[in-house]
Amino acid sequence: MASPVRIKDRWNEQRLFSQRTLGAILVIAALVLTLVGRLIYLQVYRYNYYVALSVGNRVRLDPIPASRGLILDRHGTVLVDNEPAYQLELIREQVPNLNDTLQRLSALGLVEPDEIDETRRSIFARRSFDPVPVALRMTGPQIGRFAVHRFEFPGVDLATRQTRHYPYDELAVHALGYVSAISEEDLQHIDRAKYAGTALIGKLGVEAAYERLLHGKNGYREVLVNAMGRSVQRVGAYAPELGYQPPVAGDDLVLSLDLLTQQAAEEGLGDHSGAVVAIDPSDGDVLALASKPEFDPAQFARGMSPREYAALADDPDKPLLNRALRGEYPSGSTIKPTIALAALTYNVVDPYKTIYCTGIFRLPGSSVVWREGTTDGRHGEIDMQQAITRSCDVYFYGLASTLGVDRIDTFLAPFGYGRLTGIDISGEKPGVLPSPAWKKKFFKRPQDEVWFPGETVNLGIGQGYLLVTPLQLAHIAGVLAERGKSFRPRLLIGTRDADGRISRIPPVEDAGVQGVSNSSWDLVLQAMRRVTTCEDVPLFGETCGTGHAAFKGAAYQAAGKTGTAQVFTVARNQRLTQHVAERLRDHAWFIAFAPFDHPRIAVAVLVEHAGFGAEAAAPIARRVIDAYLLRQYAPSADPAAAPPKSIPKPKPTARPAAAHSTATPSSAPVRQEQP
Amino acid sequence: MIENTGYARTRRTLSATARLLSALNLDGPLLVALGLLAIYGLVILYSASGQSVDTILRTLMRMALGAAAMLALTHAKPHFLRHLSPWLYAVGILLLFVVAATGVIDKGAQRWLNLGLFRFQPSEVMKIAVPMLAAWYLHDRGLPPDWKSLLVLAVIIFLPAGLVAMEPDLGTAALIAASGMLLVLMAGLSIRVVLVLLLLGAGGAVLGWNFMHDYQRERVLTFLNPQTDPLGAGYHIIQSQIAIGSGGVFGKGWMNGSQAQLDFLPERSTDFIFSVVGEEFGLIGLLALLALYLFIVGRSLWLAMQTNDTFSRLLALSLALTFFVYVFINTGMVSGLLPVVGVPLPLVSYGGTSVVTLLAGFGILMGLYSHRKLVGS
Repeated sequence: MASPVRIKDRWNEQRLFSQRTLGAILVIAALVLTLVGRLIYLQVYRYNYYVALSVGNRVRLDPIPASRGLILDRHGTVLVDNEPAYQLELIREQVPNLNDTLQRLSALGLVEPDEIDETRRSIFARRSFDPVPVALRMTGPQIGRFAVHRFEFPGVDLATRQTRHYPYDELAVHALGYVSAISEEDLQHIDRAKYAGTALIGKLGVEAAYERLLHGKNGYREVLVNAMGRSVQRVGAYAPELGYQPPVAGDDLVLSLDLLTQQAAEEGLGDHSGAVVAIDPSDGDVLALASKPEFDPAQFARGMSPREYAALADDPDKPLLNRALRGEYPSGSTIKPTIALAALTYNVVDPYKTIYCTGIFRLPGSSVVWREGTTDGRHGEIDMQQAITRSCDVYFYGLASTLGVDRIDTFLAPFGYGRLTGIDISGEKPGVLPSPAWKKKFFKRPQDEVWFPGETVNLGIGQGYLLVTPLQLAHIAGVLAERGKSFRPRLLIGTRDADGRISRIPPVEDAGVQGVSNSSWDLVLQAMRRVTTCEDVPLFGETCGTGHAAFKGAAYQAAGKTGTAQVFTVARNQRLTQHVAERLRDHAWFIAFAPFDHPRIAVAVLVEHAGFGAEAAAPIARRVIDAYLLRQYAPSADPAAAPPKSIPKPKPTARPAAAHSTATPSSAPVRQEQP
Repeated sequence: MIENTGYARTRRTLSATARLLSALNLDGPLLVALGLLAIYGLVILYSASGQSVDTILRTLMRMALGAAAMLALTHAKPHFLRHLSPWLYAVGILLLFVVAATGVIDKGAQRWLNLGLFRFQPSEVMKIAVPMLAAWYLHDRGLPPDWKSLLVLAVIIFLPAGLVAMEPDLGTAALIAASGMLLVLMAGLSIRVVLVLLLLGAGGAVLGWNFMHDYQRERVLTFLNPQTDPLGAGYHIIQSQIAIGSGGVFGKGWMNGSQAQLDFLPERSTDFIFSVVGEEFGLIGLLALLALYLFIVGRSLWLAMQTNDTFSRLLALSLALTFFVYVFINTGMVSGLLPVVGVPLPLVSYGGTSVVTLLAGFGILMGLYSHRKLVGS
């Protein structure tokens, strides 16, 4: 009885199932089509997009730092090169806990505890996958300690990097500068992409001024990495051509410096604070640029603790101060030849007219007394040449007074007083060429802004407000030597690229001094020549110049001028004594050029607190000129006594060969002068 | 002559094979498709696991276990299965409570019972037990089901689904619910009711949001916008799409998928193995895989339609459709169509007891087909 119902149900059911199954098949078809559409979208339409993402996932660019350019002296001798050093590098994204890692590295003595904050900052300043150096130039024991604990430091590894090597240690550090770790501040003004992989950057001197040339172009290597960022070595279709861009080494810099002359300058200064600058007056090449005391540039490249740096910065002798560029001193009597030229050019004096030097000068209508600066007092009957040769202050008090400050300033400025020489390293100071306008600007109180006639008198012997740097005076000596032609001082005379091609850089000539007659030049320069001699002068008899002792027996004719820069203003009616405390004693100046007829070198020597210029500074000038012109110089203070010293060899270093790959000095087509 | 002999032998062999399959209650086309799928799965698993022979051996063992279950269940007659349904369901529910009380906690979820030799997921049982009980319940009642039946069915379906969701295992819970709901749908649930239920479902989703675990909410949010958290929650989806997209039409080649081989693709041998196929075998490989799946689903539906009692038909249809849901949820998830729920790619993904359950399900399906009442008999 139920059977018919069952059968009916069955038919209904059959139809229901068929309908529903058909519906299900339609739904399935729709879903599958959606899915296939999605897959086509991903794999066909957006294929390139996802391929790029996939490549970006697995390929990492590992920077290959370019070899930093070498720095050579004018004969191709290597002054600065590179050597391998071990350093500790950290890749932020691979370090599980950065703070903990730094703490533990510090506990191992690999990172200075007080540098952790700075290190962390520099780590975060870089991209998370860039290796950041956390310890530069590791010592053997440090390498050993790290090797033992290496497994505890994922993301931290030892790396060999080239670091800067200074074969002559502190030599010419104030010219060459130094390199040190890239700081946060540096990162503000460099292209980070170009510096990925670079650890050191030039901070001062040539290293900083020509950073762009020295740095070169970093290369990169594409590395296959897994999701953890670790590089993997696998061959297969997912690792097609991995790119490689070789680094291009930085250019080698050929400097104007002459190693032997530089050494003569530095050895001449010895333990004195002071500066020596030697310039080739015919093209502005800086042959020597020394400032004492010096510091070891290697410690900057290695990295210093704040304590070490503080010790250097707070040293009362100021080793970090570049006295050659930034030390501003009164010129003292070295100004006299230029004052004499001014007087001749403005025709305010008959140079052959003699005056009687009493050792005392008074301005008309004034009771103030100016005294001869030197201790021997009076010079007797003198003309202009005698006044230069024997450095008579009284004669120049009068000249300056007659000229007046405006004419002095107008005439002196083209020599380079009071303005930057434009040398190609930074930090130079301009000195001061005082004028009424300058005084108005410089002083705040109205009563100080007045220019007093007595200040013009002081200017005549290079005292008062007048300030010059040793570089400026060397440049001025050069302008004198070249009879007014002025070449901008420069340290870089050429570059040598990675292929060994040298490009010379032409010298730059500035306006110079115009309108001085040849007879005026002859007169003043002859007087300067006599500064370095003892000779019989018509009308005046045997005349010994203030610098004659230092140039006794010289194989060339030199011209010079001594100077004494007052540090401590002795009351005008007092006599100077030798008993002034060391730090208050006068600075000694000597400027010179040689050979007299065809000058090839102009020198300015400043010795701080050494007293009279002829005694302390002139022998150093002699030594420097000997070194450059004769390729030899006397190591002791007496040039005649000791045997000549030949070109010294660089100190041997631990490394077996020159680290720089592209160039060695011997292969360079740079003129090699032999002694 | 020789050719004739060869032809005759082939015919004899073929008929012998057919006789053997028939004796074993197996369906040849479905068996071949499942075999091809298993081989495809092993090939891609070898690559995805980083050439791990160990993984392959373990998978083969599970497949053997599944095959055994399949062979055994083909011999189960429909009425035996029908009478077994309440008992299996009761045991399954009991085990779910045991898991909740004592189960092994792994990755923040409590899903396994440790049986010493291997760990057992009771939720897998429910994937079969729920449609079985639902079919059992509807077998004696008229179709389409009335409101009272629907209420009972709702309890049958959502009690285990809810328990599994609380483990929490959202993927399996969804599959359990799907297997039951698909069955009800096939049983003739009126489309109007379906629409009402969809509305209710939307409301339930809002409610469910409040009961979701944080990681589940995160998955939903990440699905809606994976770029919001590219290194965190969105990482899976982004890397999976990169893998599929960069495979292109032809793929990067077997064992050459950089996303998979260099560990950028997470869960590459389990839930995201479909992406490995897409990366290494390209669109062609994916379409081939989908074709296999569609054939299996289609053949299963055809087999289901051949059965002629309500229990068999409902159960068989439910098993076939659930298998498709399985495939679609996984492929939709890895290709970015659906949120990331932990549903493995059936018969291809490594691990779990799902291989055994799935093959057991196909065993039941084949059994229902071979034990069908022939019309007129």
